[in-house]
Amino acid sequence: MTAAIASAGLTKRFSRQVVVDAVDLDVPAGSVYGFLGPNGSGKTTTIRILLGLVRPTSGSHALLDEPMPDAGARVLPRVGALVEGPAFHPYLSGRANLARLDSADRSAPAATSARRVDEALHRVGLAAAAAKRYRNYSLGMRQRLGIAAALLRPRDLLVLDEPTNGLDPQGTREVRNLIAQLGRDGVTVFVSSHLLSEVEQVCTHVGVMSVGRLVWQGALADLALQQRVRARVLTPDPAAAAAVLTRCGLRDVEIDAGGATGVLGETRPEDVVAALVAAGIAVRGFTTERPDLEEIFVGLTGAGFDVSG
Amino acid sequence: MTWRRARFLRSELAMIFRRRRNVALLVVLGLIPVLIGVAVQLSGTSGGRGSQSDSIFGGITQNGIFDALAATLAVLPLFFPLAVAVVSGDAVSGEANLGTLRYLLAVPVGRTRLLAVKFVGIVVWTLACVCTVAAMGVATGAVLFPRGRLTLLSGRTVSYLGGIERLLLVSGYVAACLAVVGALGLFVSTMTEVPVAAMAATLVLTIVSEVLDQVPQLHAIHPALPSHYWLDWIELLRDPVSTASMTRGLLVALAYVALFLSLAWARFSGKDVTS
Repeated sequence: MTAAIASAGLTKRFSRQVVVDAVDLDVPAGSVYGFLGPNGSGKTTTIRILLGLVRPTSGSHALLDEPMPDAGARVLPRVGALVEGPAFHPYLSGRANLARLDSADRSAPAATSARRVDEALHRVGLAAAAAKRYRNYSLGMRQRLGIAAALLRPRDLLVLDEPTNGLDPQGTREVRNLIAQLGRDGVTVFVSSHLLSEVEQVCTHVGVMSVGRLVWQGALADLALQQRVRARVLTPDPAAAAAVLTRCGLRDVEIDAGGATGVLGETRPEDVVAALVAAGIAVRGFTTERPDLEEIFVGLTGAGFDVSG
Repeated sequence: MTWRRARFLRSELAMIFRRRRNVALLVVLGLIPVLIGVAVQLSGTSGGRGSQSDSIFGGITQNGIFDALAATLAVLPLFFPLAVAVVSGDAVSGEANLGTLRYLLAVPVGRTRLLAVKFVGIVVWTLACVCTVAAMGVATGAVLFPRGRLTLLSGRTVSYLGGIERLLLVSGYVAACLAVVGALGLFVSTMTEVPVAAMAATLVLTIVSEVLDQVPQLHAIHPALPSHYWLDWIELLRDPVSTASMTRGLLVALAYVALFLSLAWARFSGKDVTS
């Protein structure tokens, strides 16, 4: 298997508006793929098409090498999904809601249903609230239950639409760890977000949507983030420091009131510090700054991450 | 599909019968024969003579089984369709409204299978409504009124058990007629994400059928109205039973069920689920 998700020219038109425009997704098996883009850029509609909830106006796609939607009955049991927020029956408990979903899965073994439900609840930290009615869950607990539903069975592909919505920083960290853990276990994770910072630490691949179009996708490594790390020297003598930085081979050396900065490229930061000290520069501080993914994508797409209409 | 394996259907039935609103509906339905029995007992009269409904209500003091029949007659035009419309109108629109529909479809539950399970649930619910009224009627009647041989409308008598048997046939016929309302509700509920709208539309369409059936000038279309045959179970209270009109009623019901289920399938199978 090479691609967990592959699409060719996926397009969806609602009345006159083109919501998804000729999207060619290529999500390699085993990757953690960050599906990024501002609100309203067509991410959720794309996910609905991928899962067979919405029919594309044109184009085709395959999940786990099976053509969709024809092979849906065969392939969807291997796909766990969280689509546009959690949705459950309010007057049922968390556990009863998962049991209902599991009962609907023809290919799931009934004998292990109760155990799998409890394991999924445990995995997202909801074991203690399993018997509580869903209507009494907080937003974060609801989100966790949604993720638990996606984990009811061992999956080959997880499609998680904004999984950290409504979670506090602690919950966000937990979800990120969970995604990283699943990725290490060999599960392909397709995770959408409008917040780059949320997913960049766990993703191996990234796709960027803008106004319905996939404007960039590829391995995060291809972005050569290391090449873009910027070193900053805090010093009362910026001009002299800048000269040292240039001599060390840093690019884009700039001077400001508090010191000098330059892009490290292949140069090791420790060598820069040694050279600065050797040159007698009064170093008050030395930091390296990874560039913000958002800045890179603004450069790539020529557009900011604002909501598009 | 064995019962052990029919997990989704069992889950669906549990959803229907554990829902508080539906339990309340069943309780109220069950109280109606009690109410009728107590009212007849307190008034101490056997009612007037003339129309068929008068003779059914009048029979209550002669035999308790008539309490069940009178209650069925009383709730047939409005209360039964309401109970069926509430559950059937909620079937798909309720899941769409909560958003659980997208998760069921992603499980995946095939769309045809979802409609099939929903419709079976509606039919079981309909039977439960009809049987609740019949059972509570028999129970009330057994406490308050004689339990002996039953005098049919045509004057002949049958044994008490024979009377129960006829009541069961009446309930089965009524449930079959109400299945049309259930299929209509299922169809309507595929068209909206607002359950109350689907319930109301289902009930309104049912009442329209009943109203049209009351207009003599429209007698030409009466045979095509589903509700036209709903009261024909009264034939079961005669001897010999004339089955002609009930057979027509069952065929018309079957045709409407097939029509509405086809429409529901056509509407739902290719629909974009954006809820």
